[in-house]
Amino acid sequence: MANNQNARLERRKFFSDPILVSMIVILIVFLALFILYPLLMLLLDSVFTEGKVTLDVFRRVLSMQRFRKAFTNTLVLGFIVGLASTLIGLLFAYVEVYVKVRTKVLEKLFGVVSMLPVVSPPFVLSLSMIMLFGRSGLITRTLLHIYDADVYGLKGIAIVQTLTFFPVCYLMLKGLLKNIDPSLEEATRDMGATRWKVFTSVTLPLLLPGLGNAFLVTFIESVADFANPMMIGGSYDTLATTIYLQVTGSFDSTGAAAMSVVLLSLTVVLFLIQKYYLERKTAATLTGKASRERMLITDKSVTIPLTIFCTLVAAFVTLMYIMVPFGALFTLWGRNYSLSLKWFQYMFKTSGLIAFRDSIVLSLIAAPLTALLSMVIAYLVVKRKFKAKGFIEFVSMLAMAVPGTVLGIGYIRGYANGLFRTGVMQGLYGTGLILIIVFIVRSLPTGTRSGISALRQIDKSIEESAYDMGANSARVFTTVTLPLIKDSFFSGLVTSFVRSITAISAFILLVTPQYLLITCQINEQAEKGNYGVACAYATVLIVITYGMVLIMNGLIRIFGTSRGTGE
Amino acid sequence: MAKEKKGVRLEHISKIYQDPKTKKEFYAVKDTTLDIEPGTFVTLLGPSGCGKTTTLRMIAGFESPDEGEIYLGGEPINELTPNKRDTAMVFQSYALLPHYNVFDNVAYGLKIRKLPKSEIKQKVTDILRLVELEGMESRMTNQLSGGQQQRVALARALVLEPGVLLFDEPLSNLDAKLRVSMRTEIRKIQQKVGITAIYVTHDQSEAMSLSDKIIIMSKGKVEQIGTPREVYYRPSSRFVADFIGEANFLDAKVKEARGEKALIEVNGEEMEVNNYIGRKPGEEACLVLRPEAVLLADKGQLPCEVTLSTFMGAYQYYQVKAGEVTVQITDYNPVNKKIYETGEKAFLDFDTDGVYIL
Repeated sequence: MANNQNARLERRKFFSDPILVSMIVILIVFLALFILYPLLMLLLDSVFTEGKVTLDVFRRVLSMQRFRKAFTNTLVLGFIVGLASTLIGLLFAYVEVYVKVRTKVLEKLFGVVSMLPVVSPPFVLSLSMIMLFGRSGLITRTLLHIYDADVYGLKGIAIVQTLTFFPVCYLMLKGLLKNIDPSLEEATRDMGATRWKVFTSVTLPLLLPGLGNAFLVTFIESVADFANPMMIGGSYDTLATTIYLQVTGSFDSTGAAAMSVVLLSLTVVLFLIQKYYLERKTAATLTGKASRERMLITDKSVTIPLTIFCTLVAAFVTLMYIMVPFGALFTLWGRNYSLSLKWFQYMFKTSGLIAFRDSIVLSLIAAPLTALLSMVIAYLVVKRKFKAKGFIEFVSMLAMAVPGTVLGIGYIRGYANGLFRTGVMQGLYGTGLILIIVFIVRSLPTGTRSGISALRQIDKSIEESAYDMGANSARVFTTVTLPLIKDSFFSGLVTSFVRSITAISAFILLVTPQYLLITCQINEQAEKGNYGVACAYATVLIVITYGMVLIMNGLIRIFGTSRGTGE
Repeated sequence: MAKEKKGVRLEHISKIYQDPKTKKEFYAVKDTTLDIEPGTFVTLLGPSGCGKTTTLRMIAGFESPDEGEIYLGGEPINELTPNKRDTAMVFQSYALLPHYNVFDNVAYGLKIRKLPKSEIKQKVTDILRLVELEGMESRMTNQLSGGQQQRVALARALVLEPGVLLFDEPLSNLDAKLRVSMRTEIRKIQQKVGITAIYVTHDQSEAMSLSDKIIIMSKGKVEQIGTPREVYYRPSSRFVADFIGEANFLDAKVKEARGEKALIEVNGEEMEVNNYIGRKPGEEACLVLRPEAVLLADKGQLPCEVTLSTFMGAYQYYQVKAGEVTVQITDYNPVNKKIYETGEKAFLDFDTDGVYIL
């Protein structure tokens, strides 16, 4: 059958919209230049030595005892954290959806817990973990009088990462559990199954792909995490920290490139399984919406243990966050618990103000760009047909699987001497612009994802009608699409601001003395053992991010939900 | 009101789709040629999947034909994007812009055409009066009833004074009563404005009541084009006869054919009936009996036995067995007529001059 005319006409129509075409070209160039190219450079670096293709670098890296240890460490850690987070997340989700425990305190705690992944800088939990259980920890030393407590290493990272990532699992699984039709469970119950049997024969099998999904997402996060292993890992090195040390300690960036390729392959493979296999399976098994309210479990033998467990975990997490401002307010942690403002004063006297200014300014520039860009990508992916669509969707999602450290090394290898070491665009390296670009790349996938799911809700004929009335793509996008997904736009705005201002992994490698970032300051102070100052920075950072979230909610209330008043 | 009524011509249009599951390609529309006169109301009628919506969307520009050319007012428009075509569409889901009020929805296309503010206001006011929505300008679309939303969608398309107005099953989301009153209104407005209109529907009564001409489609092909009267009384195929109204089909054999008449044999009985499609002697054919065109009587053309007799109020509904075939009969206003009960023997009584073979 002849498809030529259709293809020709579609092409004609497509190219008669210059704004659309140039937008797509810009996007492709951006994605190729700032996501694909740095990764490609890592690969090239690790297989080319003096103009020859060889596996020497890989051989050298693989023979390093340190690297092999780090590789196993990373997998072990990821496995433990993935499993623990999924389990705790499942318990929380189950309690929320199935169990009747409507106490105000617990609801508040659940709210806090689900809020944490949004506002929390990544290493805050490590910081308070050290302050609570470290050598001069509040609990270990002051309360229990243990003087040689060792919180560093695998158990420290595992606990901290689990507490950091389980809220993500909780939110994912909550959504899935809500989609299980209660009549399925009632039917099996009616046929004589016990509650446990219902859970194992209905709920669990339906949820299984979702659990796998949650496990892999956390696994990837854990493997990619840099800040926590850096701070609380002690001698337990993971791939992310080893790569960092390979660059900053051994000045071996080719070796680091090869290691990055290994780490990247690991996360990308996991990501592909997660995205293209498990996510689809989840969608396939849990399609129906719950037909009506679920009868909540009131049986005390179920509710009491579950409630106690969840309350303890949630309370513990909350406690760890509360530790941070106190860490900044106590005169000397572990010795003198009188209140003082000296750490804050110290912070502002040294580089505090500059760090806040730089972090905030750079994040404020990056956030609207990210939000807009991700909405444009979402629009193109969901609403338009064109050849490069698959490329755009894939690359912008791929960025989710790229660990920050890997991206950082990629930028060093790719831009320190210009594009392909020719000196072209060399001026970019070391500027604030490259930091902004990394901010954008790091937050793009989440924004795009939320944009895509928001756009899928919108009947395509609404945009078609605007198109039919004479609007071109740019006009359709600005007058129809964007106003309809402004909730998603605003939340993308804030999420990317928060992610940018709390990010560290890629930036610690790229930041130059010219710019001071809050997160790098926290890391530096904590490494030096100045926990008071680190806590002071972290406190202000949490206040900023939390304030941003409040502003977002306010904005959405004003502009988002009310359906506008025209022009 | 329309600047210029335009005709639409489709020349050998084909559209190929790929089945998402089997990856097999198939013709959604196959080699379709149509001529739609300026100022007429034409309906594309057919069951779902017959290609009617695809045809409409190709005229609007949302889909590109794989073969053939589409003309609007004599100009080829294949290469134009929807926003450059002189068409306006009323969508099945209305597709009103939910963040705009009624006025802004109707004014949207005019603003794109950069008309002066005062002119926009005048036009919107006029058109809202036409669809009887004056005073509703500042309402948000979600504060309107289904019928009112439908009127906004219509006003929004009409105000652009397009060469041709396209309707994609616009009434299918309304309840039955409203559907009837809206379709009368659409027809009234179209005649008042004198615009060319192409209307897609699967509802035959909608097609009958609205159209100057009905285009009946099946499996991507045009089955018949004609006035409502023509397609009902002189269907060109069994598909059309079955799709428009109800029909009983009895196997018949053609014995002689003279002009538009033919002598046939049905269930052993001979009779002369209409032969519009020119069946030849010796051919197998079928006799078409509309349920309302047949009565039960003690004597008539064909013997039968009653298998079901139900009182429906407006009519007595029968199912009878004539030979091997079950025939449905609706006997209207049965108040003083003889009612046949299940199991009784009777005859099918019909006017042989009013029935035809296919």
